[in-house]
This record gives sequence, structure tokens and C-alpha cells, in this order.
Amino acid sequence: MAEPEELKHDPIAQRVRAWDPQAIAEVIEFRGERTLVVPKSHLRRMCEFLRDVPELGFNFLSDVTGLDRFPVEPRFELNYHLLSIPHRTTLRLRVRAHGADPVVPSVTTIWPTANWHEREIFDLFGVRFEGHPNLERLLMPQDWEGYPLRKDYPVQGYR
Amino acid sequence: MASTTINTVTGAAKTMVLNMGPQHPSTHGVLRVVLELDGETVVKAVPEIGYLHTGIEKTCEALTYSQAITLTDRIDYLAPLSNNLAYCLAVEKLLGLEVPKRAQYIRVLLTELTRIASHLVWIGTHAIDLGAMTVFLYCFREREEVLKIFEMISGQRMMTSYFRIGGLALEPPPGYLDRIQRFVELMPSRLGEYEDLLTRNRIWLARTKGVGILTAKDAIALGVSGPMLRSTGVAYDVRKYFPYSSYDEFEFDVPTSTDGDCYSRYLLRVAEVRESLKIVRQAMVKIPPEGPIKSDAPGIVAPQREKMKIEMEALIYHFKIYTEGFSPPPGEVYQRIESPRGELGVFVASDGSPKPYRVKFRAPSFVNLQALQKLIEGRLIADVVTCIGTIDIVLGEVDR
Repeated sequence: MAEPEELKHDPIAQRVRAWDPQAIAEVIEFRGERTLVVPKSHLRRMCEFLRDVPELGFNFLSDVTGLDRFPVEPRFELNYHLLSIPHRTTLRLRVRAHGADPVVPSVTTIWPTANWHEREIFDLFGVRFEGHPNLERLLMPQDWEGYPLRKDYPVQGYR
Repeated sequence: MASTTINTVTGAAKTMVLNMGPQHPSTHGVLRVVLELDGETVVKAVPEIGYLHTGIEKTCEALTYSQAITLTDRIDYLAPLSNNLAYCLAVEKLLGLEVPKRAQYIRVLLTELTRIASHLVWIGTHAIDLGAMTVFLYCFREREEVLKIFEMISGQRMMTSYFRIGGLALEPPPGYLDRIQRFVELMPSRLGEYEDLLTRNRIWLARTKGVGILTAKDAIALGVSGPMLRSTGVAYDVRKYFPYSSYDEFEFDVPTSTDGDCYSRYLLRVAEVRESLKIVRQAMVKIPPEGPIKSDAPGIVAPQREKMKIEMEALIYHFKIYTEGFSPPPGEVYQRIESPRGELGVFVASDGSPKPYRVKFRAPSFVNLQALQKLIEGRLIADVVTCIGTIDIVLGEVDR
């Protein structure tokens, strides 16, 4: 974990590490945006913590974005864009999943808005969400084969 | 898409299942809602989307950064300039590119005109959904004026693609401010006309007041943003929270309400048109008559035509930009702006090649549409049309 010195003093990362030192695998800063890489096993607890602790107050989940790093493993990357309306701060959480069995815990019980975001990622990337109430395709037809936003899925032509 | 069949809805003995859409005039495109009814009361409502899915995000991955701008127009086709702005700001953030003040002010001016045009379509179509034909015709008359301004400036009424990475596509034509001035002078009295027809209209009140109530807690949990969220008393507006494109230099209010019903959302959108007019007036004063409209960034922003004729270097840059594109450093950014419908977010990931590795549009009406169930369950079937209208969905944006 080669992390730049200044990021160790990031207030949000410090607060989270004081709670559970294992909850953050890595802190990344790019163009003024802070990303916390979270181990899959800690995602749900971490989200609850970020939402419920008053001095953090990340009550609004703006977006969940999937990303395919094929052929690098773990190939799938999920980015959760959080917003704290009371404190006017933003944060990105990142979770990685292996291509062989892409399963990530669902956050629908923490933020109900994640329902469609997770269905969309399941639909277009084939990442499954454990604990999702209704994990079905959202945009593509039910009988569609393949996951269009994967990098090994062609933009044009037949598969 | 198309997953909800008649048997998958709860299906108690005395309920009936009604399919609404995707071809239905009040669904604003191709939304399908499966309704389970007990008499006239909606027991369960399941929105089905995906009928307009065109794979814009996948297509972006096959184009260069500049080429992808033309696709952003087609996401939310009622507010093309807002999409252009969100995407350009995201790529500019990725590049660490500063845009000249003059271009920033013109961007603010045009996105606020976009907000006015989009809200006019909303007021008009929401009114026609509920039977008020006249307002629809009036609103479209004024919206046409905005589209004429867009045509004058960019050459296109709707698919403008006027904002480019690093600034604007071209210098606005002479006299464009006079034309906007005429519109800004005309608009307040026209807004008064709509309000005369609707605000205290007894039928309008009966159809919208107390209908489709959303609480602040539910709205935040469901990720609802824009006028939908502000109608519940939460003053979250990206222009105030995370100012972009010099919005912090403009004075305007963020109207909120605590009623959380369809009527308050109507009042908010009318108030937002007034606030947008205020911003447009300030922008017209702020825009310097002369100055650069593009950043000075060789290799990213195309050089001026005159320069290309006398400078070898400029010619090479021009050739490189239009054949290969430019390569931002590897990394990911998320840029949010306040579109007419709420928080429009653009996530761009770069792998250091001239084509975006991944582009994701966090479409506000995609997220807001999830609140539909909350709005209509337990209410009468006549309110379904009102509630679909009040969300202000654009299916192009929902399905992308």
C-alpha cells in the first residue's frame, strides 16, 4: 500500500480508519476527487457507517457506475458516488470484483436508489448483487444474451 | 425491460392488471407502467423502461473525446446544452483544462436558456396531460423563440453540440445578445399569462394539489434530485453546492417548498424560470464583447483557421486533433451539474488513449422515475398521469 503521505491525513479516511483499520484498502486522489477503495466484505458496513455517523452524513447516493478492466483481474470495478447534503462533501467508494464469479453485496437496503443502478450494472456488465430484491435486466430484453458494456463485447456486428 | 407480465404482480382475487404504455400519449415517450388496480385505486405500479435504449455509453467508447459530444445532445433531447456542458466539463476536469471566462459566461447564458425551454415544454405538456390545451400552445410558442436563438448561435435548433472541449464551437454571431434581450423582455409577461391560466384555476388545483406527495426522507433515500427534491424542502442545487462554470459569480435564489406535491412542483418550475431569466440578464452584462472563446491548449483545442494558413505547427495540430484526437492522462472523474431535471452526472474514465475508456451518464430522470411507485400507489388511476408528468421524465435520458 504505497500511499502518498498527504492522503494519510485525509479527514474522512482518518475517521473511517479510526473506526475500522481494515475498511480502506487504498486512498486515491485525482483531480481533487477522493476515492476510497473498499474490500468487498466491508462494503455494506462501511456504507452504513458513512451514512449514519452525523459528522460524515453521506445520505445521498448519486450514482453507481460499473467499469470493465478486461483483461486485467479483478476486472470489474464499481464506483459509488456519495454526496453528503448536510456537509456539502462528496466521496467515491470503489469495489473490485473478479471476472470468474462477479458478486458484490447490494446496498439497496442502505440507499433504495441503488435498486435500478444495480439492475443496470447487472444488465450491462453481468455483475450480480447479493441481497438485491429484484435482480433482473433493466434496459435490455429479458432473453438477451451477453452483457453489452463488457470490453469483450463488440460495439458493432454480430458476436 | 418487459419483464413484468400479468402473473408476476401480486394478483389478489379482486384486483385487475392494466397495462399503460409504452405507446401512450401521457407517458412522454415510451414508458410502460404495469398497474394493479382495485377498482379505481392503484395497488401496485411497476414502471418498465428500456424501450428507447440506444447504447449511447457503449458507442462513446468507440469515438474520440470530441466526437462523443454529438451523442450527448441525444440523451436528454429537451436540454441538449446541459448535456454538452456536463460532458465537456468532465473531460476538461480530466485534462485539467481551464476555460476562458467569456466562454464560461456564454455557457451559463445558454444553459439557463435551455432550462427555460425545457421547463416550458414541461409546463405545456403537463397542462395538456391534464386537459389544458391553451397553455401547451402558448408554451411552445415561447420555446420556439429559444430554439431560434440556439439556431442563430449554433446553427441547430436542438442537436446543438455547441460546447466543445476547451470552450465553444464558434464565435456567437453579431446581434445575438439583442435577440436574447428581446426574449428576456418578453418572457415575464408571458409567464404571467400561463400563471393566469393555471395557478388559481380550480380544475388545475383539484388535479395537482395534494397529489403525488413525496417526503424529504423518501426523496433522499431514492436519490431524487432537482425540482422534485426541492419540492420536499431540501435546497440541494448543484449550482449552489458545487459551483461550476462560474455560477458562484451569479446571484440567484433556489426556490423550495415543503408541500412535496404536484402543485408545489409546478410552482417551483415557474419560479425557476424566473430565476433563470435573472441569471440570463446578469450573464448578458458580464459577457465581454471580445475575447477568446477557446482555451489556449495546442493539441486539444483546434487552432484558428487563419493561423493554420501561416503556421506549420498549427496545421500539424489540426491534422492530429481530427485524425487521432488527444489523450488525457489515465484516471477517473465525476462531474455533476444541475440540469433542468436534477443532478446530471458524467463519469469519464481514461486509460490514456484518445478514446474514453468508459463514459457514464447519471441521468436525473432515470433516478427520479424510481419515485413513481411511491407517488401513485394507493391513489386513483386519474392521478397516474399527473404523477408521471410531475417527474418530468425524458425517456431518451432514462434509457440512454
